[in-house]
Amino acid sequence: MRALLATNAELVITIVKIALLLFIVLTVNAYLTWFERKVVAHIQSRWGPHRVGPHGLLQPLADGLKFFFKEDPTPAGVDKFVYYLAPLLALALALTSIAIIPFGPAPIHLFGHDIYLGIAPLDLNIGILALFAITALGVYGVALAGWSSNSKYPLLGGLRSSAQMISYELALTMSVVGVLLMAGSFNLRDIINAQARHPERGIFGWNLWPQILGFLCFFTAAVAETNRVPFDLPEAESELVAGFHTEYASFKFAMFFIAEYTSMITVSCLCTIMFFGGWLSPFPASWTLTHYLPSVILIPFGLWVIFDGFRYETAFGRIVLPGLGFVIAAMGFALIVLPHQYNEFIQAPFWFLSKVLVFLFIYVWMRGTLPRFRYDQLMAFGWKLLLPVSIVNVILTSFVILAKMQWGHQ
Amino acid sequence: MTAPLIVFFVLAALAVIGAISLILQKHPIHSALSLIVVMVALAGLYLLMGAEFVAAVQIIVYGGAIMVLFVFVIMLLNAGVEEHTSLSKMAGPPGLLLVLALAAFVAATIAKSGASVQTAAQTGALSSTRGISEMVFKDFVYPFELTSFLILVAILGAVVLAQREKS
Repeated sequence: MRALLATNAELVITIVKIALLLFIVLTVNAYLTWFERKVVAHIQSRWGPHRVGPHGLLQPLADGLKFFFKEDPTPAGVDKFVYYLAPLLALALALTSIAIIPFGPAPIHLFGHDIYLGIAPLDLNIGILALFAITALGVYGVALAGWSSNSKYPLLGGLRSSAQMISYELALTMSVVGVLLMAGSFNLRDIINAQARHPERGIFGWNLWPQILGFLCFFTAAVAETNRVPFDLPEAESELVAGFHTEYASFKFAMFFIAEYTSMITVSCLCTIMFFGGWLSPFPASWTLTHYLPSVILIPFGLWVIFDGFRYETAFGRIVLPGLGFVIAAMGFALIVLPHQYNEFIQAPFWFLSKVLVFLFIYVWMRGTLPRFRYDQLMAFGWKLLLPVSIVNVILTSFVILAKMQWGHQ
Repeated sequence: MTAPLIVFFVLAALAVIGAISLILQKHPIHSALSLIVVMVALAGLYLLMGAEFVAAVQIIVYGGAIMVLFVFVIMLLNAGVEEHTSLSKMAGPPGLLLVLALAAFVAATIAKSGASVQTAAQTGALSSTRGISEMVFKDFVYPFELTSFLILVAILGAVVLAQREKS
């Protein structure tokens, strides 16, 4: 057994990493639905879920149970094979795309192995292309679900979704070309490291500023690719009942749901990596005091969770919430008390996750504020605005890079 | 048997089965799905040979864009189940001849370039993105630009055909 472990250490580490990441992503997914409902509710001056557990924190659990125990009817006349394949395809591809994201630069030393954050190998030189390849296949989940349901509304949803994907994928890929030119690599780690060339500039060294056009195009196209408001025409509930997943119930519906939220996370990670410096701190490298920011945020938050938990008379409020708050606060204290290298290590994942959270908030914010596009507006917007702007961005970036090479002052 | 060889046989079997199923399926969507399987299996084979870029582009362009368009058109036209017809007498013998000729050609090519096929995987330089872009934009820039021009003409033709007639 020991020998087997020793020879296949890499394999074992990867499997453990996959299991861990799956667990984290699915949990984050569940709480993303809670987050979305809460934020949209507050935008609309409501309370959102607040009955199941304190602040409705157990709502995702209740929803999950409901998905499991609901009846799962298969409509008459469906194409059985494709009908069952579609949700599997959607979920599997959405979860695969997360595997390519790197979450931190430095490895953890554990049992004599360097364990990097992120599943893909360090030298995955087609990083961004691999991600695009997976999202390109992702559309089949939606399109085939719509087709196989043998029903009018899902078919319309599936049609809309495939047309939308073809239109916005062009703009999506063109808009990152500028970033790739600046980094000179497809590797996601290289793209982040290229933004660290000027550590004294902090936030102003990120790709966001020279690539502001690219970022706007990318984020818009990416929202369209994930079928989210204001581009959620494939499931427009006011016209198409529920669009492509009208005929799906129970856990098959949940699979589409999880796939959608997972691709939201992937897109947020990708925005962070391509334009917002990935795991880089927004402060100049010389501001070492900002390294205590994780503690400054974690300790008060943990203390507030403890305090808040005691206001409830249920077991969850009295025990689980204070326990959670204690763990959070203790983590904050530990980062100050423990040797410096722990605090150094936590910086990268801390900033990465913070930025991803900001993007997830923007997603929800848009859902709470923006109305849906009309179909012809959607097409005109994609082809007549996003695509030309992203092509102009590519040309501008190439000219600037060429000029710098010619009369280089760098 | 080494791991890459096993992966090769699995992918190759997938590609062949997909191709056969593409012909035998009765419903156009099932045929399109089989074709997607072939495309993805081919991408896997490219990856196995160390051609990362080609593999990714294979999936993005063929597996993604083009096949989505196929599926879209089939869904839009709502094409139904088709019936297998008995083979026409004209198609039989010439088809068989063509199959034999193609098989002979492939076999001859493999036999002739046995050495180069085995070393192709190890060079690696050509398969990198930089190598490919230097080939496309330096060595083969004229064929490349001519192809783009051809595609542009096709796009213009499509636009002209799709235009509403002026009243």
